[in-house]
Amino acid sequence: MAEALQDTFPRLLLHQARVRPDRPAVREKDLGIWQMWTWAQALEEVRALACGLAAQGFKRGDRLAVVGDNRPRLYWAMMAAQALGGVPVPLYQDAVAAELAFVLQDADIGFAVAEDQEQVDKLLENIPKCPQLERIYYDDPSGLRHYAQAELTSLDALQALGREHARRHPEFFDAEVAKGRPDDIAVILYTSGTTGNPKGVAQTHAALIETARVLVAFDGFTEEDEVLCYLPMAWVGDFLYSYAQSLVAGFCLNCPESPETVMIDLREIGPTYYFGPPRVYEAILTQVMIRIEDAGWLKRRMFHAFMALAKRVGMNILEGKPAPLKDRVLYTLGELLVYGPLKNVLGLSRLRVAYTGGEAIGPDLFDFYRSIGVNLKQLYGMTETCVTVSMHASGEVRLETVGKPMPGVEVRIADSGEVLVRSPGVMREYHKSPDATREAIDANGFFHTGDAGFFDAEGHLKIIDRAKDVGRLAGGALFAPKYLENKLKFFPYIKEAVCFGHGRNEVCALVNIDMAAIGNWAERRNIAYSGYADLAARPEVCELVRECVEKVNRDLAADAALGGSQIHRFLILHKELDADDGELTRTRKVRRRHIAEKYSTLVEALYSGKPSCFVETQMRFEDGRTGTVSANLAIVDAGTFNVAAARKAA
Amino acid sequence: MGRTVGGPILEVEGISLSFGGVVALQAVSFDVREHEIRAIIGPNGAGKSSLLNVINGFYHPQEGSVSFMGTKRRSVDPHEAALQGIARTFQNIALFRGMTTLDNLMTGRALKMKSSFVQQVIYWGAARREELEHRARVEEIIDFLEIQHIRRTPVGRLPYGLQKRVELGRALAMEPELLLLDEPMAGMNVEEKQDMCRFILEVNDQLGTTIVLIEHDMSVVMDLSDRVAVLNYGRKIADGTPDEVRHDRAVIDAYLGVAQ
Repeated sequence: MAEALQDTFPRLLLHQARVRPDRPAVREKDLGIWQMWTWAQALEEVRALACGLAAQGFKRGDRLAVVGDNRPRLYWAMMAAQALGGVPVPLYQDAVAAELAFVLQDADIGFAVAEDQEQVDKLLENIPKCPQLERIYYDDPSGLRHYAQAELTSLDALQALGREHARRHPEFFDAEVAKGRPDDIAVILYTSGTTGNPKGVAQTHAALIETARVLVAFDGFTEEDEVLCYLPMAWVGDFLYSYAQSLVAGFCLNCPESPETVMIDLREIGPTYYFGPPRVYEAILTQVMIRIEDAGWLKRRMFHAFMALAKRVGMNILEGKPAPLKDRVLYTLGELLVYGPLKNVLGLSRLRVAYTGGEAIGPDLFDFYRSIGVNLKQLYGMTETCVTVSMHASGEVRLETVGKPMPGVEVRIADSGEVLVRSPGVMREYHKSPDATREAIDANGFFHTGDAGFFDAEGHLKIIDRAKDVGRLAGGALFAPKYLENKLKFFPYIKEAVCFGHGRNEVCALVNIDMAAIGNWAERRNIAYSGYADLAARPEVCELVRECVEKVNRDLAADAALGGSQIHRFLILHKELDADDGELTRTRKVRRRHIAEKYSTLVEALYSGKPSCFVETQMRFEDGRTGTVSANLAIVDAGTFNVAAARKAA
Repeated sequence: MGRTVGGPILEVEGISLSFGGVVALQAVSFDVREHEIRAIIGPNGAGKSSLLNVINGFYHPQEGSVSFMGTKRRSVDPHEAALQGIARTFQNIALFRGMTTLDNLMTGRALKMKSSFVQQVIYWGAARREELEHRARVEEIIDFLEIQHIRRTPVGRLPYGLQKRVELGRALAMEPELLLLDEPMAGMNVEEKQDMCRFILEVNDQLGTTIVLIEHDMSVVMDLSDRVAVLNYGRKIADGTPDEVRHDRAVIDAYLGVAQ
């Protein structure tokens, strides 16, 4: 009997509607009040949408674009498409019309569901280029009253049509769901490629559901859990962590009132499970710090005193490691006075597990959350593997690593250092790109991630850089520039860093100081300075940066694989690296090759052992004029450390 | 609700207003038709705000009359004008700075509340039902103006552009027939101006509210309004569609000066 199976998303919905019909499935805040739909109601909404789509000619294999903020009916529209054997294609809601054009064409979109006027406008703009786009449905009618385009229908009208269709063909929906197979494509997720056009990652029901089951078991999620859906629907993270997991575990999705209210909604819902890239956690912390500095002196003193305590013992207590009785008592007091109220204000009180991933997270940030008792963990993965390559298990959390491979996931390190993954979650293919698919997935079924990494002595995976950027020192030691640069940049005093070392005997670095942080530091020490170049040349500042570099070196020394790439020498640049001068990309990524050429004299000086170097550089001022700046830069030697007893890692 | 411009609902006839020896308005006449967007422009000190103040009863003119929806009067008090269905916003924002956005909007409903002070203190039965109804209406305005994220924020902590939006919200909460906007876009950046234009057009279109606005940004005035009246030194020097006014000699002289 089809109903008993739970191997496609629509069957999971039928299952949840039968097992827990009255439990909340979705909430959305509308006109200031949280509205709730139970699993049984959600099924009816999906049924109406699916029957409506079918009545409008949506067929098995057709693709449905979904674009907008996280809204219940947008999730249900994806489900409706799947129920009919179609494939939902969620699109990034902040993409401009021209960016949508490629995906609309590549995925042959004939039907689209848009959240509001803004999204409808973008789709309509693309119709001349995408004539196959014939039907556009919208959720929110504001501003659309005078739109007369024949393509446009409201979701209300579509659902009314669907209810009528369902009345005439009561067996239709269940029969369509019964036709679905687990190895059908469940969704196509477009990844924003750093170069060229985005690629559509086609994932099957089986891959996603299998992965979601592993995740649900890993952290023990139940129907009692709550998540806030605030990440873009087009991102694999939202599809997997919100949509897929809620259908497997039966927990409730909460849709915020608007993108601006997320922090307020977070507090009202109090999710038990949270996922965000590092910048989200950083934004929350910044807000806390600003509000604390504005608070009265008593609150401020209490906050700083208890945060110092938390930093010392909080993480040990969270991880159940021994801590002195006195500290435990004080920490409990801190929970009562500071940590508890703080977590409550941030909406983190009920949080059991929080994840971060996507990029490296700074130690101060990571430690802040863990020390106040938020179980923040890291994970590693990408769209092509349903994320979920490796994750920190509770109690085995380490800043440096992304945890051990998940159950059912095989991870291998290629000779080049590239991380290879084989798992049930590896994608079926890149949509319409057999060549790209063959390149990414080898004959043995391993997906080539393009990331370089290795396993440490305890079997934790450590990701260090993009594989193509990783090089080797002349002596053969591994050199991962981004890994070193990130470590440097985690110090508040260092804004940018560029490391050199491939094919050289040792690693040297160019450093940009953070004007705000070091300026503040200098003021507190009564160090006078006139501007960036002046401050950067102060011997006190060189000393400060040297301490940072040496701390990085000490960390590196503890690591057998990367211990050889300690930074021997560095200099502080006389100007800030700037996108206007072509040194950074617009997204503030270092353009390594360009900098190596532009500052070749400096790089050579670093390797020549000279104590200083004269440099003259063209720079572009804010008003568009160009000028030259020159300086005599001091080259500083940094202390290095003996590499820890080399245990050869896998 | 459709937007078809109807007959005049406000007629200002021969208004003269002076403060001591200072003449603010001299025999100014103009009308506003139902459902239209009517702009008043003019150089600084031309008497634009004074005219709005006469319409909603802040100033009492020495001569002339104002008739609104059939009732003619020389002068009226602001609360009477409000009861008749005239709402306004101010050039310098006039909100309760210590109260939240939500509470500020609720004050816009005060005239519509029927329960007595005592009933409201007890907050039971009819008073409670009434409060919920008004709150629901205010929530619709919050949704309409996209200010959900500042619902609970004290207005004094908001940036200027958002305060202007809240002030519009409070005026809308009165469900007015006629909305007077005194420089709704002053001091806003381009994006905030675009948002405000969109809201003004939607209020006019969806709620059918008649709007009189004073504005300095000419592109805004020309895009938004159906008809424009131009004031200079307290006199009306031109009146007509944006195109007519744009090419009027007297208007060009008033704005650019006259060649000697």
